[in-house]
Parts: sequence; structure tokens; C-alpha cells
Amino acid sequence: MSSAASGYDADRPVARGHRARNDGATGYDVAVIGAGIVGAAIARALSRDGARVVVLERSAAASGTSGQGEGNLLVSDKAPGHELDLALHANRRWVDLSEELADELGPDFPNIEFERKGGLVVATTDAGARPLEDFARSQAEAGVDAQIIDVSEALRLEPDVNPAITAAVAYPQDSQVQPVIATEALLASARRAGADVRCGIEVLGGIFAGSAPGSAATPSSPGTADRGEHRRLTGVQTTAGAVTASTVINAAGPWAGEVAQRLGAPLPVRPRRGVVLVTTRMPHRIFRKVYDGDYFGATQSNDAALQTSSVIESTASGTVLIGSSREQIGFDTRLRAEVIREIAAKSTRVFPFLRDASVMRAYGGFRPFMPDHLPVIGPDHRLEGLWHATGHEGAGIGLSVSTADLVSDIYAGRTPGLDAEAFSVARPSLAAALETEEAAA
Amino acid sequence: MSIVVIGAGPAGLAAARSALRAGADVTLLDSSDQLGGQFWRHLPETSRAAKQHVLHHKWSTFEALASEITQHPRCTIVTSAQVWLLEQRDQGTPRVHAHVGPVDSGGRESLTLEPDALILATGAHDRTLPFSGWTLPGVYTAGAAQAIAKSERIALGSRVVVAGAGPFLLPVAQSLALTGARVRGVYEATTLPALARGWGAKPWKLGAAVGKMPELAGYVASHVRHSIPYLTGRAVVEAHGTDRVEAVTIARVDENWAPIAGSETKIEADAVCVSHGFTPRLELAIAAGCSIGPDRFVEVDARQRTSTRGVYAVGELTGIAGADAALAEGEIAGHFAARGPRSAAVSRAARSRDRFVDFGVRLDAVHAPRRGWTHWLRDDTVVCRCEEVTRGELDSIRSQTASCGLRSLKLSTRAGLGICQGRICGRSVEELLGDNFADGVPTDRRPIVSPVRIGDLAGQALGGSQPDERSPEEPPPQ
Ligand SMILES: Cc1cc2nc3c(=O)[nH]c(=O)nc-3n(C[C@H](O)[C@H](O)[C@H](O)COP(=O)(O)OP(=O)(O)OC[C@H]3O[C@@H](n4cnc5c(N)ncnc54)[C@H](O)[C@@H]3O)c2cc1C
Repeated sequence: MSSAASGYDADRPVARGHRARNDGATGYDVAVIGAGIVGAAIARALSRDGARVVVLERSAAASGTSGQGEGNLLVSDKAPGHELDLALHANRRWVDLSEELADELGPDFPNIEFERKGGLVVATTDAGARPLEDFARSQAEAGVDAQIIDVSEALRLEPDVNPAITAAVAYPQDSQVQPVIATEALLASARRAGADVRCGIEVLGGIFAGSAPGSAATPSSPGTADRGEHRRLTGVQTTAGAVTASTVINAAGPWAGEVAQRLGAPLPVRPRRGVVLVTTRMPHRIFRKVYDGDYFGATQSNDAALQTSSVIESTASGTVLIGSSREQIGFDTRLRAEVIREIAAKSTRVFPFLRDASVMRAYGGFRPFMPDHLPVIGPDHRLEGLWHATGHEGAGIGLSVSTADLVSDIYAGRTPGLDAEAFSVARPSLAAALETEEAAA
Repeated sequence: MSIVVIGAGPAGLAAARSALRAGADVTLLDSSDQLGGQFWRHLPETSRAAKQHVLHHKWSTFEALASEITQHPRCTIVTSAQVWLLEQRDQGTPRVHAHVGPVDSGGRESLTLEPDALILATGAHDRTLPFSGWTLPGVYTAGAAQAIAKSERIALGSRVVVAGAGPFLLPVAQSLALTGARVRGVYEATTLPALARGWGAKPWKLGAAVGKMPELAGYVASHVRHSIPYLTGRAVVEAHGTDRVEAVTIARVDENWAPIAGSETKIEADAVCVSHGFTPRLELAIAAGCSIGPDRFVEVDARQRTSTRGVYAVGELTGIAGADAALAEGEIAGHFAARGPRSAAVSRAARSRDRFVDFGVRLDAVHAPRRGWTHWLRDDTVVCRCEEVTRGELDSIRSQTASCGLRSLKLSTRAGLGICQGRICGRSVEELLGDNFADGVPTDRRPIVSPVRIGDLAGQALGGSQPDERSPEEPPPQ
């Protein structure tokens, strides 16, 4: 490996804070692909640790999934396990993070709207009551503040909820942020720590050690040079030329599968469509994040067919958000009446008064979906220099901060506060899917 | 052959008639409770005024179109039909979803259509540039003012100011004058040299569009008759008043529409009507997947076909070129959508369309807003009325986040997120924020085309419930 090709100088002292704009010719320590919330959180964490970071975004910041969904930071919908560990970690971290960002960026920066408003999960059928309560008990054992409450208590908390609900669990920890502002705030903070954020630049392929600078790997023949031992990723080819970096982090959300493919290390990330409805403004009648227990079925399932659940909440501006559907239909953005109708119908089951509300807007995006329902975070054992931070499905806003913590711990050689093995590409639960993916590539 | 036409203005009516004549079954949908669109807005049958023909240009054309269509056995007319979604299908023309009935009523009837061809004739809405005080009562869009004048015959005020840009200001002033309002003046922002250059370039091309001239000449004559001053290179830069408008400040503007310091004069006014041209209603065309050109009109071929199979676009969706162009485009689209053969009549329509479009597009270009208008805003001027976002907030958030995305800026400033969904402020917000966005997301996309009641949606969900106070599958808890 030549240091000219990698642009990486191991002896260069790593400085903190502002530094001269780096045009990439001398190389970065880290190139983050994707300026969604995950890429933004990582860029911030690593540049604050002193790394020279560039974020490469083919469109604009938060233009992908992070700008197309909601900003729930939920613990209520997660079963005990590794994802819940990430969520509990995130639940604590967002409290500090929102303050740190506000202090750092000042009062003129728009507020990221962090709020611990709490969740209320209800069952709308007799059959759904018991599973909901059992689920809550298992969560409580894993450290979640899950309070099984009477229907009458639920009605006191949410007077307009359907009085025919059969069970209710309150989750005081459930919180939210405004995902787009949070992404921009993380990026602004990263910039202050010296990161470059470059929009309108698409990553096309990898640059590998041993190959002449400028010779990109094409998707069909990944990594032409040094195919055998110690092939190492030393940067990326982009629509604006080569960018060298000793570590490349794939944070391309639902497109991370495509990016991984371009870099020669296929990853089974799939898009899972979700649509959210927004009503016209109305007086405030919903106080928490309220949803029915059906939601668990939707999040925990691999079924490709349409599933909807009714996560309903009021926003500060007076609109009500109702979302969202889950569907595996590829990157198909066409809006379907069936989806809208089903989301609408389920919302009235939880809040009957919504029948008279009007939907004025719908938007949607593609959750980055992994076959074993866990994000992939950390180095890829198959290709030195390549890391991933993706596959958070419907929880990437909340989990972005945990992901950044884990990435920066591994990068700095600290003992991670989270179980790195559980999220590694090499984990057993992903092996079969990886094999299929590689065979197809 | 079944054809759905959306929009019953000149373009839509002409399309429906020519499709019927070519043998198709036609369903004509319009959100209003009567035919005619904005151009032929009129009173209900019962109170029709004798002066209808004076207030309405080409009234006889309207009567002929409307009577042929309404009496036609193969035509179904559905008024008060709000199309809320166009659903693209893997095969076939997009599916049309509408609710029929008064907008605010519950239990509207749902209508789903799967036509062989779809003709979009959804027209345009007024564009009004913001200025300080434009949210005061007494400030109208010129379109709204004209609608009030045409359908209610109410004089808007005794001292009315008409301002903005474009030939539309003339008929607006005329309509107002005919209802007895005293129009103090028409203030056109385009400067005289720019007007002369625009109208003067290649005059032989305009010569052919003479059909348009008598109309304009008529407006000008009416101006003179009502002795309304017509002043160019001037703009209303501020409206004053506490509970309603009492006065306006008018300033001279340069070629780029930037106000010239020291040129301001304040005049008393009790009504202000402003129009800065038109913005096509693109949401249905975008929902149908039609490609939109760099000028932000729907791209069509010589037969008015869009890039989406089976979908045609006519009238102001394809360019702001006036009623004659719209009539010709409608005739062509209706004919070809119904698979009519080539004919002399259609060729004639095509020739007249080409002339009028050429004329209209040039006119529109001459009067199109120039970016200097942003200089008449103050920091506290509201730009997005629904969400009350000021110019200062837009600037501050843009510089704070250094965002390169329009979508991101919309979501962090909330501009364009209110009930009008950016129809009023969208393009102004874009122009204020600059146009080098990496995501290039225009503010025209509105997949839900009009607000739709959740109860009306829920009633039709597959396996959906009509929840009374409980879910129907389950017996009440004991
Ligand atoms: C309807 C819906 C509701 C949701 N609700 C919630 C919620 O309430 N709470 C929650 O936590 N999560 C929610 N999510 C999930 C959450 O939005 C995602 O998990 C999260 O946004 C993923 O962030 P990301 O940064 O990984 O991906 P993204 O935000 O998609 O960012 C990836 C970026 O990579 C860029 N990119 C792709 N390819 C390239 C390339 N070749 N070169 C350069 N750049 C590239 C893209 O343009 C994009 O900007 C929801 C998602 C949806 C769709």
C-alpha cells in the first residue's frame, strides 16, 4: 500500500477543532457515505475525536429516509434484545445530546425539538390485551419503564382514546426529535469540529490499495487490483473525482446495499416503504405517542405484504401525524389509495374523533431493512477499510446516536459501551443472507 | 374508449366536446359546483345577470360548449368532485380517486375511475408575491377579486388599487370597474422598456395571433373609458392599516423589479388586488408521473400527450397562453385521446394553438417576476401565511444550517407546510432561499391533491372498520 494512494499519513498528528478546508487531495481519515442522520451523527462523533472526516452525499443532507419519516425515539416497541440495548442507550444519550447541540449551536439555530412526551400503547381487541401486557412485563425486566395501567387511567391520560380499548401500557421514556433539524444540527456540529460536508456528490465505486489512483472498481468487477490477499479500500470514486480516506463508512441508508455492492462487499439491505399521513391543524387532543399493539406485529415481521399500524401523535404546530405503513415493494414511490385508507381506518380505531379530521399531506420513505432486524455497525471483515452503519429500519433516527457512539468507540480503540459483536457484519444471524447476497453479486 | 377529463375550464370543456365528437365516452370532473372554470366563473342559473356577456369574454363560446356537453348521451358530468389522488398503475392509465359532495361535509361519495385515457386540464392559480402587509384584510389576489366581481357583483371598494404584472391586470380592473368600484390605478411592475422589447420582438409572429388583439384592445379601451391610469415599472411594496388595509406604498422598480429608493409614494386605498402571473396546478400531472420541463410546465407533444401513457395535458398546465390557446389544445387532446382520425379541423386547431401559444408564452415571459422583488421585503414580512414564516426566519435558518436541500429547509422553517401546502408561497420561498439545491425538490409535489376526510377514507378501507366507540370485530368487554 502506498501512502500516496491512500492519502493517509499515520504520523500526522491528529488535531481537534477548526482546520483549513481539506480538498481531499491529501486524503481524509474517514469518508462517510450519506448525509442522513446516521452519517451525520458519525461524522460529528469522529471529528470531535480528532479524525479528518468528509461526508459525501449524492443529494442533500436529510434528503433520504431521514427527511421522510417521523422522529420517534421509542423504547416501547422494542422486545428485549440487542436493538433494545441500543434504544435504551440512545434514550439516555439524546437528553445530553440535545443540550450539547443547543449550547454549541446557539439560540439562532432551529431547535431539534427533543421532547420526552411519553408513549401509550393500547390493545383494541380482547385477543390483543394479554400479549401486550406480557410484552410490557418482559420489557420491564430488561430495564424499560413500562407501566401497565387500567383502561380508566389510560382514558385519564388520553381522554379522546377509544373507550373500548382492552389494555394499556404507559412508556414515559418514549421521546422524539425533529429528524431533519437533528440531522442538520449534527452536521453543523461536525463542521465546527472540522468535518467537510459535500453535497451533490455520488459515490460510484472504491479505490483499492495497489491500484493506480483514479481507477475505480466497477460494480461488475469489484476491486480489480490485488484481488487476493490484503486488498484494502483506500477511498472512493465519486462523480466529483477520487476521494481518498483510510476508512470508508457506508451510511447510505436503504441504498447501503447498492453502495456496498459498488465497493465490492455486498450487503443485504432492502428498502421497506413507509407512508405517514398529516392532518390539517386542529385543537390539541392527543398528548402522547399513542398506538395500538398491532404495531409490534408489523415491526417484528418479515412479511413483504402491506402492514399498517397507527402511531398517532399531535405536533406542536397542531397537525396530527398518523403513521405508518410497512411494505416491501422495492424503491417504488407511487402512492396507493389502499395504503392511505388502511392507515386512516386504523387510526380511527384508536381515536374515533379522527373520523372528522382531514388528511392534507402524505409523505413516505424507505426504511433500511435487514433480514435479521438488526443494524450493521462497524468494520466489514471481508474488506479492510470498509465499515458499515446502516440497516436501522424504522428506528434509525433514535438509534443514530448509539450507532455513532459504537463506531467512535471501535474507531478509537476504546472498549465499546455496547455489544459490538451483536451488530457486526460477521454475526451468525446474517451469515446465510450474506452468502446469498454474495452469490447473486 | 372511456376518457376522464379533469377540469371544466375552456381547455377541459373543449377536450370533452372533441372527445365526444370523436366517439368516446367522457366523464368530466370539476371541483367547483358548475362548469366554466375560473375563466367563465358565473352566477348560478337562477340569478344570472343580463350583463353576463359583458363581464365574460367569449360567453357564447361557453354556452355552445356547455350545452353540447350537458346534452350529450355519452357524457357524464360530475361537479363538486374533488380528485384527491391519482394512482399510477403498472399497466394502464392512472386510476382516478375522487370524493363527490360539498368539501366540508362528511360522508361524501367516493368515486374511482379507471379510464382508457386521462386529460388533465387543471389550470393555474394566481401567483402573488409577498409584501409587508399583504395579509391584511382588504388585500385580495386579483383572481379572488375578479371572482367576487364576476359571481357576486359586489364592488370591492371605493378606492381600489390593482397591482402586479401581466395582461390579466386589465380584465381584473375592468371587472372591478363594471361593478362600480373606483379603480385608482393599475400598477404594472414590468418596466416600459422591457414591455416594449418583449412585445416588439419579432412582431410578425404576433401578427398571426390577431384573435388575441381585439380582446386586449377591448380591455385597453375599457381602461380609457373608465379613465383608469395604467402605470408601468411600479409595484405595491407595502400595505398599511390596522384592522384592514387603509393605504399602500407604491414604489418605482428597476428592470429587475428592485424598488428604487426614494421613489415611494403612499396612497389611500380600501382594497388592493394583486397578481404576479400564474402558477400551473401541477400536482395531478406530477402524481401521474408526467415529466415536467425546465420551465415547470407539463411537457407535451404535438398531440398534447404527456410522457405518461394515456395521459394528456391541456391549457395552463402546458404554458400560460390564454383561453384561445386552451380551447385549441383541448380540442386536439380530446380528439386524439378518443383515437380520432387526422382531420382538417384538428389541423386548423393545431395551427391556431401554435400561434396562440407562441404569443402567450412570450407575453408570460415579458411579465414574469424578476428576482429583484425580494428587495421589497423586510425581515418581518410574512412569506408563508399558513405557518407565519417571515423572510428573516428563512434567511436565518438557511445561514444557520447551511443546508443544501430545499426539502430540509422547508421542514426546518415550516414554510409551505400549512393548509395551502405551499400553493401560495412555494415559488416565492424557493426564490428567497436561492436555487442551488442539491435535491432540486420543487414545491409543486403534492401527492394528496386535496384534503380528504379520514372518515371518508376509513369507510372504504379493505377490511376497514367504521368504528363506533369500539372495534366491530370484538364484542364489548363484559
Ligand atoms: C415512514 C417512516 C417513518 C419512520 N419513523 C421513524 C421514527 O419514528 N423513529 C425512528 O427512529 N426512525 C424512523 N424511521 C426510520 C428512519 O428514518 C431511518 O432508519 C433513518 O432515517 C436512516 O437514516 P440513514 O442515515 O441510515 O439513511 P438516510 O437518511 O436514507 O441517508 C442515507 C443517505 O445516503 C445517500 N446516498 C445513497 N447512496 C449514495 C451514494 N452512492 N453516494 C452518496 N450518497 C449516497 C442518500 O442520498 C441519503 O441521503 C422511519 C422511516 C420511515 C420511512
